Amino acid sequence: MSTVNQTTTFAETRQPRRFGRLFRWIGIGMAALVLLALVAFGAMVAWMNYVPADLDISTSLVTDNGLYRASYTPQYEPVPINQIQSWTLHLETEDGRPVEGAQIRVDGDMPQHGHGLPTRPQVTEYLGNGDYRVEGLKFHMPGWWIVEFDITADGQTDHVTFNLIL
Amino acid sequence: MMNGQQKQKLFIIISAAFLIIGLGLAGYLLWPRPTWSDEEVAQLRSLWLGSLPALPNDPTNRYATDPAAAALGQKLFFDPRFSSNGEVSCSTCHKPELSFQDGTPLAHGVGVTNRRTMPLVGVAYNPWLFWDGRKDSLWAQALGPLESPVEHGGDRTQYAHLIAQYYRAEYEAIFGPLPDLSGLPAQAGPGAGPEAKAAWEAMAPEEREAVTRIFANMGKAIAAYERQLLPGASRFDQYVEAVLANDTEAMQSLMTPDEVAGLRLFIGEANCTQCHNGPRLTDNHFHNTGVPAAPGLPEDVGRALGAPQVVADEFNCLSQYSDAEPEDCAELRYMITEGHELTRQFKPPTLRNVDDRPPYMHAGQLATLEEVLEHYNSAPEAPAGHSELEPLNLSEAELDQLAAFLRTLSGPVEAEPQWLEPPIVANSR
Repeated sequence: MSTVNQTTTFAETRQPRRFGRLFRWIGIGMAALVLLALVAFGAMVAWMNYVPADLDISTSLVTDNGLYRASYTPQYEPVPINQIQSWTLHLETEDGRPVEGAQIRVDGDMPQHGHGLPTRPQVTEYLGNGDYRVEGLKFHMPGWWIVEFDITADGQTDHVTFNLIL
Repeated sequence: MMNGQQKQKLFIIISAAFLIIGLGLAGYLLWPRPTWSDEEVAQLRSLWLGSLPALPNDPTNRYATDPAAAALGQKLFFDPRFSSNGEVSCSTCHKPELSFQDGTPLAHGVGVTNRRTMPLVGVAYNPWLFWDGRKDSLWAQALGPLESPVEHGGDRTQYAHLIAQYYRAEYEAIFGPLPDLSGLPAQAGPGAGPEAKAAWEAMAPEEREAVTRIFANMGKAIAAYERQLLPGASRFDQYVEAVLANDTEAMQSLMTPDEVAGLRLFIGEANCTQCHNGPRLTDNHFHNTGVPAAPGLPEDVGRALGAPQVVADEFNCLSQYSDAEPEDCAELRYMITEGHELTRQFKPPTLRNVDDRPPYMHAGQLATLEEVLEHYNSAPEAPAGHSELEPLNLSEAELDQLAAFLRTLSGPVEAEPQWLEPPIVANSR
């Protein structure tokens, strides 16, 4: 009687240990797989995410050092792709006075691509009342674009970056 | 503390849970999604023919919308007398039955060109013409092959005489009276062979201007004709309409799962819409995509040469032969004219009817759509300049799906039937 019991007990302790190790490795393998899947999923979502969250796409911004308020009105709304266009850039000081005689440089890019603007836009005309005509803008792809202005007036320079999602 | 059996059970339960989660995630990632997200629908709509705006006016060509100019332009387009050997017309390479191109790597006029003939359906939407954009209007483009020594091989004075001889009435009804050409040499032109060039330089400035004016008007008539050639709806366009109408039954009957998968890659992972965007599936801009150099041909730097050429072009938007005001010439005035990035940049053609138009690329280097997709997948280095491509790591099956999608872009030419054939010429040869 006791011999049979002992054999059974022996068998129970042997095989469960082997199974235990096996299950442990299966468990670890599964956990690793799930972790990998989660990481891949997250990476895919991040990569496919065209646009950073909470991007400020307003058309009116205070310049980086607070010197001016800059706002733009595009020629066509919504801003089209593959269409050469002009914008009106309006500049005023903090207390709402129009900025006159400013020297303005235009630049831009698609931050996710880094190819710069496909054209060389320029400010070509002062229209009065702080309004400047920006000519030769073109956006040749959908996505996140930035358009930057370097503004020099009265011996001071400031900079502003507008974001667009096209 | 748990004993062995309890630990065992715990492992089984935890492993099973992980297995279920893992399978669930894998299923979500890998199972083909039958529906499109809102953002994807917006992308499909942007590629859809219904998003193509009405053909804009061409301020450089005041005859662009004149039906009489289009009728004359069609006759000129199909008339082989406007060549050095009497055998080459525009239609020699721009064959109506082949989507207005010729199906060969290089073009064969009186000689052989170094580049592939480009398709003409919807061409009037292009701000830049030729692979390198060396012309900025449709009419200025037509004048290029006419005086090219390997294409039509003729010269503008020869052509002025032909207009006076065979098309006087039609020409004058549109453009006004022809000047007296009787004292002019039979052949004279700036880009022609040495004799014709010498004859051209011997002409008085007013004579050269009068002949050039006729030449420019020829181009404007041809452009008025080419504006009639518009893209018609393809199966892809019908599919997008079904998507916009939320008609899943129609969607399923219009495109197969493989074609839909190819479309999903096209607007997603394969990055095609970086250049092939908008309803003509081209951004009309210039890109270096590492296309291999064609063996035996001279070095081709694309836009790097095309940009200064269009700036200096005798017939550009700012020229005296253009009907436009300077403020209409924004494309020319604000273009990028130089820079290392222009090296080996070429203009992506429309992908509509791409399946009908092998071989591909600017000298027909890639014979099939499969070769093109292999090229984009492997992203080889450019022979010169810097390729914009990155390897895509798509599988063979995915490349096949992309090819299947591209085939859905074929559609008819949208034009009145008379524009799709040679015209009936009353007083022919």
